[in-house]
Amino acid sequence: MIHIKRMQEDGADVIALIGEIDASSSIELDLAIAKSVGEGFTKILVDCGALEYISSAGLGVFMSYIEEFKDRDIRMVLYGMSERVANTFSILGLNELLQIGKDKVEAKQMVA
Amino acid sequence: MNYTYKVGCSIENLKGVRDFIRTSLKNHGVADLQISEIVLAIDEMCSNLMIHAHHCNPDDLFELHILVDKNNPVVFEIVDDGTVFDINQFHEPAIDNIVHQKRKGGLGIRLVKSIMDKIEYQNRSGRNVCRLIKSVHYQ
Repeated sequence: MIHIKRMQEDGADVIALIGEIDASSSIELDLAIAKSVGEGFTKILVDCGALEYISSAGLGVFMSYIEEFKDRDIRMVLYGMSERVANTFSILGLNELLQIGKDKVEAKQMVA
Repeated sequence: MNYTYKVGCSIENLKGVRDFIRTSLKNHGVADLQISEIVLAIDEMCSNLMIHAHHCNPDDLFELHILVDKNNPVVFEIVDDGTVFDINQFHEPAIDNIVHQKRKGGLGIRLVKSIMDKIEYQNRSGRNVCRLIKSVHYQ
């Protein structure tokens, strides 16, 4: 079960993930990112502070946007991960392929 | 100690599977970070089974057993009657290919193989048993 909230700050779209992302809920993450892109945002901040769990279905959503974002010069930074969630990204080295910041301040600097 | 959970093949039930594993392993003082990795691996195996072998039919049931013995690795057994998919025979796509092809799948089996020490398949009284074995640190 995941709740997703979106709000805009300093021209960036902030997508806050609250709860757990698995095979049953990863579609909602995909829709939220697609919506942000569709609305023309080129700076996307993903607040993972209240993300309790993410499975490969959710990781796959982030991975599937890497090429498109490179082509379209869209910057996405994930931030605020718990140790558990950060570990999930690092098992396969996805932390090297995605932009991950410590907190919102750092994330904003990374998309600037 | 042997824990058993019987679950229907709806992906809505994955949350229950994860809670069952967390509770069972916490009882034995397994470290939090290790529990979270194990939960991830078993979630991947169960969601694959629900989606690919049972087409998310909630009336199809499978069993998850957790066998914990202080002096041995933890053994997870997934017992079902569907088609066997042996992940040891599966060559998962390279991460680079997943990125280039904008694929959303392909990471799950790689995670399971990274996390678990050993994965083996057995047939027990006509049922499929997938055994996943993992050494853990007890606190």
